[in-house]
Amino acid sequence: MGIIETKKLIFEYIRRDEEGNVEGITRAVDEVDLDIRQGDFIAILGHNGSGKSTLAKHLNAILYPTEGTVWVDGKDTMDEACLWDIRQTAGMVFQNPDNQIIGQVVEEDVGFGPENMGVPTKEIWERVEESLKAVGMYKYRKHSPNKLSGGQKQRVSIAGVIAMHPKCIILDEPTAMLDPNGRKEVIRAVRALNQAEDITVVLITHYMEEIIHADRAVVMDKGHVAMQGTPREIFSQVGKLKELRLDVPQVTLLAYELKKSGLPLPDGILTCEELAEALQSVE
Amino acid sequence: MLRDITLGQYYQADSVIHRLDPRVKLAATVLFIVSLFIVDNFVGYIIAAIFLACMIKISGVPFRYMIKGMKSIVFLLVIAVVFNLFLTPGEAVLSVWKLKITKEGIRIAVMMAIRLVFLIIGSSLMTLTTTPNNLTDGMEKMMSPLKIFHVPVHEVAMMMSIALRFIPILLEETDKIMKAQIARGADFESGNLIKKAKAMVPLLVPLFISAFRRANDLAMAMEARCYRGGEHRTKMKPLVYHRRDRIGYLIIFAYMAVSVCFGRILKIPFLNI
Amino acid sequence: MAIILDHVSHIYEEGTSMETAALRDVNLVIPDGQFIGLIGHTGSGKSTLVQHLNGLMKPTSGNIYYNGEDIHEDGFDKKKLRSKVGLVFQYPEHQLFEIDVFKDVCFGPKNMGLEEKEIELRAYAALKQVGLADEYFYQSPFDLSGGQKRRVAIAGVLAMKPEVLILDEPTAGLDPKGRDEILDQIALLRKEAGITVVLVSHSMEDVAKYVDRIIVMNQGSVMYDDEPRKIFRHYKELEEVGLAAPQVTYIMQELRERGLDVNTDAITVEEARDGILKALAAKGRDIRKA
Repeated sequence: MGIIETKKLIFEYIRRDEEGNVEGITRAVDEVDLDIRQGDFIAILGHNGSGKSTLAKHLNAILYPTEGTVWVDGKDTMDEACLWDIRQTAGMVFQNPDNQIIGQVVEEDVGFGPENMGVPTKEIWERVEESLKAVGMYKYRKHSPNKLSGGQKQRVSIAGVIAMHPKCIILDEPTAMLDPNGRKEVIRAVRALNQAEDITVVLITHYMEEIIHADRAVVMDKGHVAMQGTPREIFSQVGKLKELRLDVPQVTLLAYELKKSGLPLPDGILTCEELAEALQSVE
Repeated sequence: MLRDITLGQYYQADSVIHRLDPRVKLAATVLFIVSLFIVDNFVGYIIAAIFLACMIKISGVPFRYMIKGMKSIVFLLVIAVVFNLFLTPGEAVLSVWKLKITKEGIRIAVMMAIRLVFLIIGSSLMTLTTTPNNLTDGMEKMMSPLKIFHVPVHEVAMMMSIALRFIPILLEETDKIMKAQIARGADFESGNLIKKAKAMVPLLVPLFISAFRRANDLAMAMEARCYRGGEHRTKMKPLVYHRRDRIGYLIIFAYMAVSVCFGRILKIPFLNI
Repeated sequence: MAIILDHVSHIYEEGTSMETAALRDVNLVIPDGQFIGLIGHTGSGKSTLVQHLNGLMKPTSGNIYYNGEDIHEDGFDKKKLRSKVGLVFQYPEHQLFEIDVFKDVCFGPKNMGLEEKEIELRAYAALKQVGLADEYFYQSPFDLSGGQKRRVAIAGVLAMKPEVLILDEPTAGLDPKGRDEILDQIALLRKEAGITVVLVSHSMEDVAKYVDRIIVMNQGSVMYDDEPRKIFRHYKELEEVGLAAPQVTYIMQELRERGLDVNTDAITVEEARDGILKALAAKGRDIRKA
């Protein structure tokens, strides 16, 4: 069994009008089956409203399934006795950097999780230090979070999760509110964690260039899993991605256009170098 | 700009007073204020002044920062002085129209002024040398016996420290929404009171919505990080008394003793005004 | 008729140790009808700059002229200026406050002191301009989706009938499709209404195919000010200041370095495709000739 597994996961919420009468039921997640292995880097893609964030919130027991089951490290998220274990195993980073930092000093914020878990004081300090170093924010440990850039704030949030020593970290659109530099910073930090510390990463995003390094990508649409595969497999279906309100990196799109014009190019080109090499062999 | 307001008024410096445990500073401030109201002659105030002057000197905070805090109470101070000056019955020194200034009035007014000024300087000294966070920690710890009576001490302290973190963010947001509405032709300045109050709606509605959204997000983030109230919780920076803190307590109690003795109990005839 | 910035600087806490220059010596002319991309990373001064254009911020030195008049001269009607130079802030949906969409859009024209009838006409036209369907007009703005809310907020500024429309990161937080929809809508609007548009962004790729001119800001100064193709030739310098040219620029440069004679000025995928096909055909002919 993988670190995270979902089986026929369904989540519905009831829409009510102003008087509280039921207007209808919306199915935000619809029969999703996932199997994520320890050490994987998984990207979950989808346009706004595709259900990807709702799905993510199930993975550390912030939301509970209407039907179906979610297991985190073998534990059912519906089992209340395991709640705190699950939240500690699967840490979560949210979209808005300002709304998830609790401490007034960077190091205090990183220590917040371990404090809640009842870690002894001396060990909290060790964890804070190692976590801040892992995301390259150690020299800012005495700073106020308000003075940091968006990318730095998100790295602090990531450190705050790592300090809880999770096996898995779920990032719910961590880069949506950042500028390109901030986005690169965050993705770099996440990749380093995945590679150096073997932490399982579930990255939720709609920026296609961020998934290139993922082991596997899952594309969501209307609560379903619409596509699944390696980034290359996903990117080779440009037409389908467009239908799902997503786009592809310009280089992939260009290769796709050239192919449509009759050039014999391979599917799912991801980098400039790949395209250049493919074109050279065409010549 | 709004975001330049730093909350609390912490003055960064490295002094013994800065390093003292917040509980010592809280206790000292309370005791000092109590002493101001026990004392009823000028010897007592001279002792308080000397004590305060020494503490300010040790803290390394420039005196002008203490004065800053005074601005907000100037109005209160004037009223207190004027009332006591004119409304205290006794031996008239000067009468103007129907009002008369009495000897007792002058004495009480001057005392009142000294008390208020010392009170403000004393508590400013505490807030200037203690970070807001440290202060909440100290209060939480000092109030913790109240938990027996089901007072949510931890929760209140947590709320205070979250408020402190979000006030600068919300101020910045206010500034932004205000600008955005001005760009749509809103006018926050002109008009009478009712018109001005009405003009605040386009500012307050978005601000409240944003505050609720943030609160919601934050609650979720805290839960995701295993927050479940004060129980089972350890502290990254627990409050532990050091030698300097014990000396601090000694000094403040010594001051109390001296000030009560000379300011209230013992009357030195030639100094007693 | 234009906005002219003459040696505009904005320095915070001048004369103290905290002195920071948000803008330094900016000289720009924004003529009528242009579509301008204002690019820079966070903290480059681009947001400060646009707040100077409608008088929300006052330069610490230098002058700003709108249609020849100094906007900070005594007696200049700033309120009127703000209706002529419409500014849509970042995440503009955060300023919505009325009970329904239509009323919210009325807020701007109402502040201008227009007649009831005119206000409603303008609100209606503005909502049509941003492509919002009628069925949403009397819904609470808070029940709409992110993209729809943003359209309402933009309509709120458009209803003042501005001559210049400035949008600060109008696509932030939207998904790719939502982003394209908003940008297409703005381009269409500009074509139909003939207004000047300044689009603030940190992505060259997003604005490249729409704008006539790009102004690159770095550390409070104008770094480049030219048409997009010419700007992207400086892709190496742009990278040094934390900005990137569109990916096609890199592809074309790479191909050229590898000996394929393509025009490196392509800024869209379509142009790049045509360029590559042409270059390959030419090469094929050469080989056949030889």
